Amino acid sequence: MSAVNRRWQKKGWLIAGGFFVFGFALVPLYEIACEHVLGIKLDQGAVDAEAAAAMAVDESRLVTVQFLANTKSKLPWVFSAEKVSMQVHPGQLTEAWFDATNVSERDIVGNAVPSVAPNSASLYFNKTECFCFTEQLLKAGESKRMPVRFVVDPRLPKDISTLTLAYTFLENDVATKKLAESNQAAAPAS
Amino acid sequence: MATHAAAGHHADHHDDHDHKPQGFWDRWVFTTNHKDIGTLYLVFAFIMFCIGGAMSGVIRAELMTPGLQFVDPGFFNQMTTVHALVMIFGGVMPAFVGLANWMIPLQIGAPDMALPRMNNWSFWIMPFAFTVLLCTLFLPGGAPAGGWTLYPPLSLQGGSSVAFAIFAIHMMGISSIMGAINIIATILNMRAPGMDLLKMPLFVWTWLITAFLLIAVMPVLAGAVTMLLTDKFFGTSFFNAAGGGDPVMFQHIFWFFGHPEVYIMILPAFGVVSEIIPTFARKPLFGYQAMVYATASIAFLSFIVWAHHMFTVGMPLGGELFFMYATMMIAVPTGVKVFNWVSTMWKGSMTFETPMLWAIGFVILFTIGGFSGLMLAIVPADFQYHDTYFVVAHFHYVLVTGALFSIIAAVYYWWPKWTGRMYSEKWGKFHFWWTIVFVNLLFFPQHFLGLAGMPRRIPDYNVAFADWNLISSIGAFGMLCTPVFMFLILWHSKKHGAAATQQVWEGAHGLEWTVPSPAPHHTFTEPPVIRAQDLAHGDPTH
Repeated sequence: MSAVNRRWQKKGWLIAGGFFVFGFALVPLYEIACEHVLGIKLDQGAVDAEAAAAMAVDESRLVTVQFLANTKSKLPWVFSAEKVSMQVHPGQLTEAWFDATNVSERDIVGNAVPSVAPNSASLYFNKTECFCFTEQLLKAGESKRMPVRFVVDPRLPKDISTLTLAYTFLENDVATKKLAESNQAAAPAS
Repeated sequence: MATHAAAGHHADHHDDHDHKPQGFWDRWVFTTNHKDIGTLYLVFAFIMFCIGGAMSGVIRAELMTPGLQFVDPGFFNQMTTVHALVMIFGGVMPAFVGLANWMIPLQIGAPDMALPRMNNWSFWIMPFAFTVLLCTLFLPGGAPAGGWTLYPPLSLQGGSSVAFAIFAIHMMGISSIMGAINIIATILNMRAPGMDLLKMPLFVWTWLITAFLLIAVMPVLAGAVTMLLTDKFFGTSFFNAAGGGDPVMFQHIFWFFGHPEVYIMILPAFGVVSEIIPTFARKPLFGYQAMVYATASIAFLSFIVWAHHMFTVGMPLGGELFFMYATMMIAVPTGVKVFNWVSTMWKGSMTFETPMLWAIGFVILFTIGGFSGLMLAIVPADFQYHDTYFVVAHFHYVLVTGALFSIIAAVYYWWPKWTGRMYSEKWGKFHFWWTIVFVNLLFFPQHFLGLAGMPRRIPDYNVAFADWNLISSIGAFGMLCTPVFMFLILWHSKKHGAAATQQVWEGAHGLEWTVPSPAPHHTFTEPPVIRAQDLAHGDPTH
């Protein structure tokens, strides 16, 4: 009887261990579920510029794209979109500009997190170039003009006539700290 | 069984016919006896209920009138956070594990739990886990204050106390997993010959299913808090948006654990009530098999409804609809259960001893909590109710008048079997009626506050909410007396109670009532011969 008990113990630990791994597997599963089941694009990487250029421009349709620029309260940057909204034809490669100024007295690395609303439109909003793809370094008091190039997929559902592209800049604590350390290391040498 | 026999012979024999180990250390710290470990769990849970209750006293004292009276908002947030962690992981869960330890071997005719040494370990981790958690209250920066759900980024903005809380959660998780493995092995392997699965008492059935839920979801919680830990201290970005992570994903992982956890805390309660009502209605449980299948369906559904805790995060419509309908579907098996309890009472020769009063109180008040849960499941309504006192009222109805009522009912019901002494019916009933009045004063007005828009987790509020908050706090102060009553009633019973008979209750059926009262230290060392008339569900065609 005790051998069977020990077998059950082993099985129990195996199940528990399996679910511990499953907890971590939920991280990629979450992305898969968002993209393939619910139709929300989480992957914010660039699309191929050639493929974007090859899209047929739908001259018959105009879509309003609105821009929002936010910073997380802790980040001492002023961040804004140069235009509040634009009217674009689906398939047309368009450029929009954003401005950021570091109003603090230290160098800060920030990352912009994009979001497209309504979320059912996110699959059809493609960026070929964006300041959100990389870390942005703004030295103390520095200003920067940053572009985003995008194209709205002509397959965008007909009932969507307005898209909102929102960016939130967050401080990248790890990179900022590294930067401060390397600045300090460089200072005595000079 | 070999382990068990060996343990029995190691102990000093003296003239104790029970073969109990002598001395505090041998009897309690090194114990592998399921009854002693059950007692330890129940005593531990009682202490935790008192500590968590004291914290709720702080919360309700602060909320008695608008404005800040007694504590600063930071400490208030620590209180709400630690109150929840203590009550869930230190109170309700260990209390049910304690009941399982005591009753499962007695109810299935096993001599002990399947893995007695692991049983000892799974209990003795708990006091350490809660020492780690509670000591954060005395550290600089205080205890975790981001809510028991530990949502990042808020939960990571406090001091290092979050590391203590996470370590404590890991420890209690390991304890729960070990307890659950033990229960599964015991039920599947240690049943007396003839105790078929579909003859088992419902308490055993509900615990078998609960144990599977535990080993499935406690590791997921462990994973989620591990990710929090590495995000805070080791530079990962699972939930850190600046590093490409997603804070909403934490909520999904957390509630993948959190929703089955809700049923971990209520399924054993269903089991307890399904034992008590037939006893005092003097009728077999109506729809025994339906109860088993309903329990299993609730357990299955609990895995696919988690996102109803987070309807307002901005999920796509399809997701909201799926989780709304799946959640509402749970009302069906739960409705089967309530229907069966009522049908068991229907035309029964009912008497209203204290355990029966608590069980009937459970059925009525838990159902109220279930209905407010259905209201919360409706997506458009939830946008209004989310994070208001309506939610607080809902989960306290299912946890206090649900889980806790069933624990109290179980203690009164099995106490004579544990100690061999009856408690005072008069004072037991007093305890019940006092609680019924004050628990409803405490939680019912919170429905109104929530519908009026009072947010949860705040120390100060608009004066418009003042009246109902005062009433709610009066209820809370009444409730704070109840552990004292219960302690005195049980203490008096232990010292001066009348001797209990073997069957204790006239209508009681089941193997636990075939052993003497108090149950000897070792029972069923020889497997009992199962006779249909001894069992509550001896006839499987019921």
